[in-house]
Amino acid sequence: MANQVCFRNNHLENSWSLSAYQSNGGYEVLKKILSEKLTPEELIEDIKLSNLRGRGGAGFPTGLKWSFMPRTVDGQKYIVCNSDEGEPGTCKDRDILRYNPHQLIEGMIIAGYCIDASVGYNYIRGEFWEPYARFEAALEEARAAGLLGDDILGSGFNFQLHSHLGAGAYVCGEETALLNSIEGKKGQPRFKPPFPAGFGLYGRPTTINNTESLASIPVILAKGGQWFLEQGLPSAGGEKLFSVSGHVNRPGNYEVPMGMPFSELLEMAGGVRDGHQLKAVIPGGSSTPVVPGEQMMDVNMDYDSIASAGSMLGAGSVIVMDETTCMPRVLTRLAYFYYEESCGQCTPCREGTGWLSRVTQRIEDGVGVAADIELLDSVAGNIEGTTICALGDAAAMPVRSFLKHYRDEFQYHIDHKKCMVESDW
Amino acid sequence: MESSAEQNIVNIEINDISLQVEPGQMLIEVADANGVAIPRFCYHKKLSTSANCRMCLVEVEKAPKMLPACATQVMNGMKVWTKSPKAIAAQKSVMEFLLINHPLDCPVCDQGGECDLQDIAMGYGGDQTRYQERRRIVKDKDYGALVSTEMSRCIHCTRCVRFGEEVGGIAEIGGTGRGDHMEIGTYVQKSLSSELSGNIIDLCPVGALLSKPFLYSARAWELQSYLSIAPHDAVGSNIKIQTRNGKIMRVVPADNEEVNESWISDRDRFSYLGANESRVTSPMVRNSSGNLVETNWQAALDTVIKSFTEIIATDGGSAVGAIASPSSSVEEFYLLQKFMRGLGSNNIDFRLQQQDFSAGAEQSAPKLELSLQEIETQNSIFIIGSDIQREQPLLSHRVRKATLAGAVVSTINPKTIEFNFAISTSVKTDKLTPALAGVAKELLSRGLGGDLNLEQLLTDGAVNIAVEAEHKEIADSLVNGENSMVLLGALAYRDQNQSRIYSLATAISKMSNSSLNIVTEGANALGGVLAGAVPYHSAGKVEVSECGVDVAEMISNPPKGVVLFGVEADKDLAGDDSAIDSLGSGFVVAITPFMDRLTYEHADVVLPLAGFGESSGTFVNAEGRWQSFSGAVKPLGEARPGWKILRVLGSSAELQGFELDSSEQVLNEVKALCDVTADKSEPEISNWSAPTDLGNIEAEMVKPIPLYEVDAVVRRSAPLQEQAKKLTGGVDDV
Repeated sequence: MANQVCFRNNHLENSWSLSAYQSNGGYEVLKKILSEKLTPEELIEDIKLSNLRGRGGAGFPTGLKWSFMPRTVDGQKYIVCNSDEGEPGTCKDRDILRYNPHQLIEGMIIAGYCIDASVGYNYIRGEFWEPYARFEAALEEARAAGLLGDDILGSGFNFQLHSHLGAGAYVCGEETALLNSIEGKKGQPRFKPPFPAGFGLYGRPTTINNTESLASIPVILAKGGQWFLEQGLPSAGGEKLFSVSGHVNRPGNYEVPMGMPFSELLEMAGGVRDGHQLKAVIPGGSSTPVVPGEQMMDVNMDYDSIASAGSMLGAGSVIVMDETTCMPRVLTRLAYFYYEESCGQCTPCREGTGWLSRVTQRIEDGVGVAADIELLDSVAGNIEGTTICALGDAAAMPVRSFLKHYRDEFQYHIDHKKCMVESDW
Repeated sequence: MESSAEQNIVNIEINDISLQVEPGQMLIEVADANGVAIPRFCYHKKLSTSANCRMCLVEVEKAPKMLPACATQVMNGMKVWTKSPKAIAAQKSVMEFLLINHPLDCPVCDQGGECDLQDIAMGYGGDQTRYQERRRIVKDKDYGALVSTEMSRCIHCTRCVRFGEEVGGIAEIGGTGRGDHMEIGTYVQKSLSSELSGNIIDLCPVGALLSKPFLYSARAWELQSYLSIAPHDAVGSNIKIQTRNGKIMRVVPADNEEVNESWISDRDRFSYLGANESRVTSPMVRNSSGNLVETNWQAALDTVIKSFTEIIATDGGSAVGAIASPSSSVEEFYLLQKFMRGLGSNNIDFRLQQQDFSAGAEQSAPKLELSLQEIETQNSIFIIGSDIQREQPLLSHRVRKATLAGAVVSTINPKTIEFNFAISTSVKTDKLTPALAGVAKELLSRGLGGDLNLEQLLTDGAVNIAVEAEHKEIADSLVNGENSMVLLGALAYRDQNQSRIYSLATAISKMSNSSLNIVTEGANALGGVLAGAVPYHSAGKVEVSECGVDVAEMISNPPKGVVLFGVEADKDLAGDDSAIDSLGSGFVVAITPFMDRLTYEHADVVLPLAGFGESSGTFVNAEGRWQSFSGAVKPLGEARPGWKILRVLGSSAELQGFELDSSEQVLNEVKALCDVTADKSEPEISNWSAPTDLGNIEAEMVKPIPLYEVDAVVRRSAPLQEQAKKLTGGVDDV
């Protein structure tokens, strides 16, 4: 089975419209919750049962996260959706916004109901003009239909939802930087603790979930947590969106059961481009360690299996590389990305990402020296675990994994001042 | 179960040493309190925690990563190692990152010798770099006349940014750009406008922000420090005057949590640059052709005694008078009044900007009823006639801290004054008395009048006082505030209806159960009253048999002989030039550090007075706190400390009680008379009677003093004047 959760409406004509969404059972769960006055506790229990794990990359159980919200505390609380999908290799949330925005809206209203938040924000990546416009249009439709705003469907429940377009900073995908950005401050991560559940947006209790997580909620509650759990694995329920890119014949987003073998996913994506062999895979987005292709063919697409291969599921962003790929060149590009996207707040990342970028560039340019490989490994190691947010680790992990698996290519670059592989791109 | 007493203690171990500490503390605070050195750059005890430099990473048992000691709370059973191999490795790696882009220009950097980065690099830095790339170059920013920038040295600790947001109250510095393109600067290209901006020089852990006037003039290790008290406002900020070869090189704050915390205002920091401008360095006497000529001390003193003796012989003691600066020391005030009274005159005053003296002897010593620290705990603050941020920058900072903790502030002022804290109710009026009477009337109408006997005053048909909505709001906030205070500033002090205003403010504070807090002028106005430099009483408030005349009377009806002590008459005194010039009609003795217009044109004898940092003395701040200081440098040229000049004058006039060998001896004599215990004068606001009329209620309020015009030293500090010009565009903005 596939396309049962976030992509379940994508086959419909104008799937982003309210009528298309409602033709497939859209907003029915919300109506049921509000009319039958289901309690937040029972809803959260169902989500816990589903074992929906956060789709943004950290994999934290969504039901558990919601249960941390101090619902009984007086005053404003917020639900925030993280649609700042900036990780290289990831494009799943973009397509939820484009093709199924109402499901996200319904999920956010339900989330607001569960955590007692009357206001929600959807923080959308700055480059996502079309998805932003689609989402805004969907908000208008929902408001006009009485599904969003004050006294939703006559239930007395109020929920305001606003979208907020980012300004192009990768780091704003980090949840506390995202909160700062909504507040109009510089998008820099906050030191935790305090955690957003206690001190979040404007200092109020806040829950932040990924787009895919929130868009999954209506389906989970419609079909039951048990159903969702059964679509995946006991350790992680449901179907999951994987963005497959790189050297495959049919790159794109695939919603498939958690735990599907990588080989099957690769086949769905049309296999490695014709006439070439699989060389390496970055399984969870650019910040996750690279896995050699051979090893990857034995891995299943779930948290534990990928972890055992030394990498992470991340946001499910599968970057496939064939034998024409020069690994020092890939790393140079990735290191440059993290250098440009470091917020500059804490020392190791601010100074270290630039250093990594310059040294990888030096190797790529054929002017590296013998000590550079050890230097890269050491600098990356010094960044790892010493920063406020995970961007430092994200910059360091590719470096260390590339050196671990493809050290010979780096050595070749230094020794011969050219690529080891013949590249046709 | 733990007992409640035990719950207030957390047991932790740092470097295998068991400690019992208070819960809620951060590791770095505990370490600092227990002498465990943890390197740090961004952490500062007076600023919020940003945890961005990562230098204070330490190993904590069971934590998977190194944790920043500045942002990690102590937990029971926590075991911490600050010098374990893992901790040291993390600290060294952070140090390496900090140094890769930091220029190695310590030999030409002013911070050298007092640089946190330099010091900590000695312990944690490598002896050679692994970084082969080009170092970052950052364009310097123009922060104005006071703070110099060398931004390539910046390590992005954001102390200056946080200072602006949290203490200065103006978020004018920030980081723009990302990653290693991040630059600290003003968002818009402009000078810093906070009156506390110089503190970022001290906060900067490297040589990125430096004192512009001090630049390249001395090395930190060449300087000798002398504790002193800033002479420009009634806070009594503690400062260190730093000298080299007998010359003042710079002024920096001295920590005193009860007074100025870790901060000083820019004028406290940079006024020293005016200390030696247009100085009088030798005694002078006006010769027969009308020119001032230099002479020796003996000749000058003889001239004074001879002339004064002649005047007194023909017209009596009341024909002479003295006007002193409100920033004179207790010792100077005391000896000056002793000298004048010895000559038979009670004409002595220092209240240069006061216009209404109708309260006369009934006015007690205006002061703060609260301590500076207590201001922070107020919930409701009513500011009457004050641009408090300019007048008393560090008192204003306490008010701001109260507002950050939730206090509501209301004001009555002649113009919309920009405060760096939120104002809930602001009454803008050019007439202070009716507005204040409105608030009093509102409180009275709520039956809070008690036995204050205000009814007649406020219901008098001749005085048609309207109670506006704002007056009611102010009354509400004062009555509702659990801790509420009334604060009167310089504009109320200088109002033509001052005595009624003080009375009304007293009535308001009594009716609303608020404290009454008054700040007037100068650094030592309270000391002036206590030392007896007023016409009504001598030191220790011993009433005199025949009241002398106040400063206004001395100006309108000049004494035949007058002593101007530390006064730049044409700028310090209220009144227009011609009125002030009339002071010059008699025999004028100017005891002054500076040559000014009135001295130059009219003084008959000029006695050079020790200037800023050149003399020992004592100031009593607005709280009643007695703070003594010593001289840091020798007086310039022939100048002498005021107490010595006055002592010799007294002896020369053959008066009793001038056999004093040291300023301490003078001080002890004053203290004995004033009954000062524990260096603190108790509040004294009982001396109050209800006003019987509201005076001239059409009297317009005075305007705030222009920036950096508060006294003769500040007026002569070129960098402060340049800064004022930049900030006000060269135009008086008031």
